[in-house]
Amino acid sequence: MATHTLSVLVENSPGVLARIASLFSRRGYNIDSLAVGPTEDANISRMTIVIDVEDHALEQVIAQLDKLIDVINTDRLDPVTSVQRELLLVKVNTTPETRSQVLETVQLFRAKVVDVAQDAVTIEATGNAEKIQALLRVLEPYGIKELVQSGLVAMERGLKPGKGK
Amino acid sequence: MTSNTAGSVTGAQSLVKSLELAGVDVMFGIPGGAILPAYDPIFDSKIRHILVRHEQGAGHAATGYAQVTGRVGVCIATSGPGATNLVTPLADAQMDSVPLVAITGQVNSTSIGTDAFQEADIRGITMPVTKHNFLVTNPKDIPHAIASAFHIASTGRPGAVLVDIAKDALSGMTTFDYPTSLNLAGYKPVLNPNESDIRDAARLIAESKQPVLYVGGGIIKANASKELMKLAELTGAPVVTTLMALGAFPDSHPQHLGMPGMHGTVAAVTALQKADLLITLGARFDDRVTGKLSSFAPNAKVIHADIDPAEIGKLRRVDVPLVGDLKNTIDALLPALKAEFKKNHVDISGWVKQVQGWRETYPLGYDHPADGSLSPQYVIERLGKIAGPDAIYVAGVGQHQMWASQFVQYERPRSWLNSGGLGTMGYAVPAAMGAKVGAPDRTVWAIDGDGCFQMTNQELTTCALNGIPVKIAIINNESLGMVRQWQSLFYNERYSNTDLHSKRIPDFAKLGEAMGCVGLRADSRDQVDAVIEKAMSINDQPVVVDFSVHRDAMVWPMVAAGTSNDSITLARSLAPVWDSQEL
Repeated sequence: MATHTLSVLVENSPGVLARIASLFSRRGYNIDSLAVGPTEDANISRMTIVIDVEDHALEQVIAQLDKLIDVINTDRLDPVTSVQRELLLVKVNTTPETRSQVLETVQLFRAKVVDVAQDAVTIEATGNAEKIQALLRVLEPYGIKELVQSGLVAMERGLKPGKGK
Repeated sequence: MTSNTAGSVTGAQSLVKSLELAGVDVMFGIPGGAILPAYDPIFDSKIRHILVRHEQGAGHAATGYAQVTGRVGVCIATSGPGATNLVTPLADAQMDSVPLVAITGQVNSTSIGTDAFQEADIRGITMPVTKHNFLVTNPKDIPHAIASAFHIASTGRPGAVLVDIAKDALSGMTTFDYPTSLNLAGYKPVLNPNESDIRDAARLIAESKQPVLYVGGGIIKANASKELMKLAELTGAPVVTTLMALGAFPDSHPQHLGMPGMHGTVAAVTALQKADLLITLGARFDDRVTGKLSSFAPNAKVIHADIDPAEIGKLRRVDVPLVGDLKNTIDALLPALKAEFKKNHVDISGWVKQVQGWRETYPLGYDHPADGSLSPQYVIERLGKIAGPDAIYVAGVGQHQMWASQFVQYERPRSWLNSGGLGTMGYAVPAAMGAKVGAPDRTVWAIDGDGCFQMTNQELTTCALNGIPVKIAIINNESLGMVRQWQSLFYNERYSNTDLHSKRIPDFAKLGEAMGCVGLRADSRDQVDAVIEKAMSINDQPVVVDFSVHRDAMVWPMVAAGTSNDSITLARSLAPVWDSQEL
């Protein structure tokens, strides 16, 4: 299995998320992550879907997605020619001794502190999956109290706009 | 979108006007609370509404109508149980690519989500079994939803579309505004195949030594039988037609090998196994055709022509995909192939001769039971002979369906209707009703099983009251025959719950009479022709004929589920004998 990133333009209509979810569930495709949000056009939303399928099954996933009436276009995004980002919020235990080390890590990863409490700091970071994982590995020894992560969002590099079918 | 007719109307009036403009001439349905506002303008409409006895009957009737006419079939029901009763026919139509539009009432938009009386989330429920569906809560959205539903159901790969309309959207006021263009950015079916793919396909055909035309129901959907005939005669290749394609190519044609698959002919199954090229036209490599997929047609390259891009490579790797309307595809392929044949034309006469040999050595056949009881195959064979190729034959699901596919000769498209994909027992009676409504001048015979018949026979009342004189042949073996056959073959003849006792109860002829039909029966060979002719002579009433047949008859040949097509058996423990050079 390999992960693939799909960028799917969909009609902003009620039930569209259920249609996509129903398709993936019925056909037995595994979703690693899913992010939905508005686009520059209020009638259209963009879903970024990370799926775990064999390469040869990918064409079938794309064809099945395109078959949905509410799906306007499906693009496969190459990790090299696209920008891919996740958002992480993580609450890390701190003591007076460890706080400066944690803050140094935050700087090294170009993350930022968004909340400070007596015994913890909350850190916000964006980046690709590898960077987020690397940051978490470094923070882990201090004790992670709580963690929340968004699905991946991604976009083609360069000028190529999102296109209709 | 431009305004067509101005003026204030109710959503319900807007719905009925939209259905009229969509070209609907008949619909099958049952009213109820949430759909009630729509039934008031239906009362005044020129659209014929046929009041059925169960919503499932409405759905299959609309399907039968659509399969015979090629037009969109329409059914209508109320919210909750009315709508959920449509789920089976929707799934059935979607699996067999039948253009169907279902209209359902929904509770008031303000009550949606509150578990209101007769509320069911039918849009959510039918999402996986429809091509698309709509929930309309604003009366102004009704015309666009209806126009879109008909467009989506009837174009591209046809399918089932449901439009669920809240009661307050039906009773609310709006201005009628039927769209002249549709706003469906994500729906643009590809109609013409790529030219270079056409050239590649022509080259593969010209190079092939052992080609087979593997023809599916798409040929009938695309009305491409004439084009198929031209392609078959240009190539000279053997033709097999799947269960959904019977009639797409005449059974009497010398190139026709019959049906492939689990109960296909030895010639059709074997030709696919030995082929070096499958010219696949509107077929989908269903498991009932391929048997164990990894051993299906192991040496064949594949050309796959289909209007649905998602069918390409879904199950079988494809060498040349041809995505488009089949009529256009064959029209483009013919000149390309003629040009290719001028450069290179491999002689396939040896292959054709070999295939014809299999056909002659292993014809379809059956035995008459030793105890003198009636053979089901004989009944069906005689029915096909007497009613002839212009009649429409509608089967349920099971042994009788397979025998009807084997022993009736089909010569023209839209003369064979059955539930191929979903395998819906109970399909035949209501689908025959819809077929007769769609083709009132053709004789319509349902060939049904005693099990299937008992699932939906209530629609014979509808037929009797509405002047829809269908004929029903019940092949009564007093059991769930196909299941019993599997119990005989794979479960040591342990007949768990397959004995229906239907030679004792019910009395089908009397049951038919109680529903306003003529009831007839036959239980010996010498009665068969007379009773069929008697049924053929009655054209003002539905007819039910109870044919009491031998219960141990089995469907042969057979490829057991999940096994290779190479292990086809002619009868119990009897495999075809091959010359060593053939294997």
